Amino acid sequence: MAPVLTLRGLTTVFGKGTQELRALDGVDLTVNAGEIVALVGESGSGKSLTGFSINGLLPANARITGGSIDLSGTDLRTVPAREMRKIRGKEVGMIFQDPMMTLNPVLRVETQMRDALRAHDPLPRAALRERLIAALAEVGIAAPEQRLRAWPHELSGGMRQRVAIATALLHSPKLIIADEPTTALDVTIQGQILALAQKLCKERGTALIWITHDLAVVAGIADRVSVMYAGRVVEEGPVDAVLDAPAHPYTRGLIDSVAANQPKGTRLPMIPGRMPLLSDLPKGCVFAPRCSRRSALCDSTSPPPRATGQGQTVRCHHPLTEPAGALA
Amino acid sequence: MAEFILRRILQALLVLFVMTVLVFFGIHVIGNPVDLFASSECTKACLDEIMVNLGLDRPVWQQYLIFLGNLAEGDLGRSFTHGVPAMSLIWERFPATLELAVAALVLALGIGLPLGFYAGLRPESILSKVIMALSMIGFSVPIFWIGLILILTFSVYLGWLPAIGRGELVSVLGLEVSFLTLDGLRHLAMPAFTLSLLMMSMVIRLTRAGLREVMTSDYIRFARANGVPEYRVLGWHAMKNLLIPIVTVLGMEFGGVIAFAVVTESIFSWPGVGKMLIDAISVLDRPLIVAYLIFVVTMFVLLNLVIDILYSLLDPRVRLGAGAV
Repeated sequence: MAPVLTLRGLTTVFGKGTQELRALDGVDLTVNAGEIVALVGESGSGKSLTGFSINGLLPANARITGGSIDLSGTDLRTVPAREMRKIRGKEVGMIFQDPMMTLNPVLRVETQMRDALRAHDPLPRAALRERLIAALAEVGIAAPEQRLRAWPHELSGGMRQRVAIATALLHSPKLIIADEPTTALDVTIQGQILALAQKLCKERGTALIWITHDLAVVAGIADRVSVMYAGRVVEEGPVDAVLDAPAHPYTRGLIDSVAANQPKGTRLPMIPGRMPLLSDLPKGCVFAPRCSRRSALCDSTSPPPRATGQGQTVRCHHPLTEPAGALA
Repeated sequence: MAEFILRRILQALLVLFVMTVLVFFGIHVIGNPVDLFASSECTKACLDEIMVNLGLDRPVWQQYLIFLGNLAEGDLGRSFTHGVPAMSLIWERFPATLELAVAALVLALGIGLPLGFYAGLRPESILSKVIMALSMIGFSVPIFWIGLILILTFSVYLGWLPAIGRGELVSVLGLEVSFLTLDGLRHLAMPAFTLSLLMMSMVIRLTRAGLREVMTSDYIRFARANGVPEYRVLGWHAMKNLLIPIVTVLGMEFGGVIAFAVVTESIFSWPGVGKMLIDAISVLDRPLIVAYLIFVVTMFVLLNLVIDILYSLLDPRVRLGAGAV
């Protein structure tokens, strides 16, 4: 089966000339139909930027300088900016982090959803309304007719995120990019939204990129996971393999710093230092300054991606071979 | 909503009462109007007679009570100089001022919004920087200077536009307006532009600042991510958010423009209430001044009410309930 989305060597920079900062450096990513791929990393690792690079909504001072974005056979980098509108919402949907901010506070739910529907599907008003009511019912919103007339501030956070999901799914896009959509929600609501997204994607065969920094969410929802660090994918593979036997020391560090993974009463291990600034990236491996397995090779040469035995791909000169054990 | 409006009316009455006290007693301190407008041959006896006729011989507090009594009956007194009811003078002049103010508002929005939008969307372009510099000048340069320069340029030097007066009028629904005739428009152009400059500068800056903030918001990104066309994103999704601060500021400013169009009206000899007020003050025509101020305060109260209602239409989070003041 041909993948829905293939990123090859995606490179996105901020600024120009000598001020140029490489925020994404050669990102590879493949997502198949009906597959959920988690994109994990700290704030600033470039996971959200990857999402915005795909649907062409980069901030004004950022631009893509290299690589390809293949969406079922079309390289989105060759699509002119004006044509991208026809792809956004129709082929690629997006769900954002904070449902409090995603819906326009001064427009009714109906207006916002109707605009999204009409953007690709000019239907008469009554037909639009019917479609919207059905879409709201599908994401489990009770009394959808009333909710449609509601203002965003009259809905709870979980309800708003459901509205956002219903809107993103209106045109049954092939790919949905979900940018930390559960981070701002209560844990119980988080579980509901996760289950809902998982169900809808599996039913419709939608490819889903789930951006998050929460490893528990990754374990719960994803089929495969890509770990990002300083604009690079440092490890990629099936979710069980990566979480049970991380090959990259950074992935291992992330897993170890989840409190639930540690025996009670022991000190929580953490990764020393912090992520390097984009303006001051190390010459070799970007993780080397924080790594316990660092060698002279790490400081001089950036590690190429290499396959491990378990179906993972890792960018490390000295990958771990022993399983983490903690999550298993 | 009804309770909100009732509350507002009660507040307005209180404000009006306080204002009349301040103005009525304050104006007595300034001087005796009879000294200003009685002829120089008038003897002491003749002066006293005028004072008795106008009721100025009584103590101030008595005069004030009489004034309040008349006010309750809707009578704001007769102008000393014109000898006709003060309100009829104001109503006669007001349409000219209102037309000037509305024309200024239309210009401010019609020019200011597009310029502000452009500057907000392309903040780095040269044209945007020119627009912002001009708006700064619009803020800083005094109105009378702009008015004089316009007259010098377009009337004296180029001879394109008439310098003074209101031009040909047409009656629409009993209101005399000049904007429907070419001659009237030519007369209206310069004073309206002069009066609109401050509002226009404000609209430009508010639009630009608002747009730059709104465009980075998640809901605009969400609308774009759903493929909503750009004209709709800008023209409605962003616009409705932008209008909230603009309506607030312009609403306040518009009252000021009507009430204090004095300078512009004087420069262009526009026959409005502003010019009338200046004339009334210079001869201490007490009833006319007091009537005008009551008129202006009432107008401000009404304008604020209109702003609040507009506001609740723009922003659903604002509800005009019992708690709103």
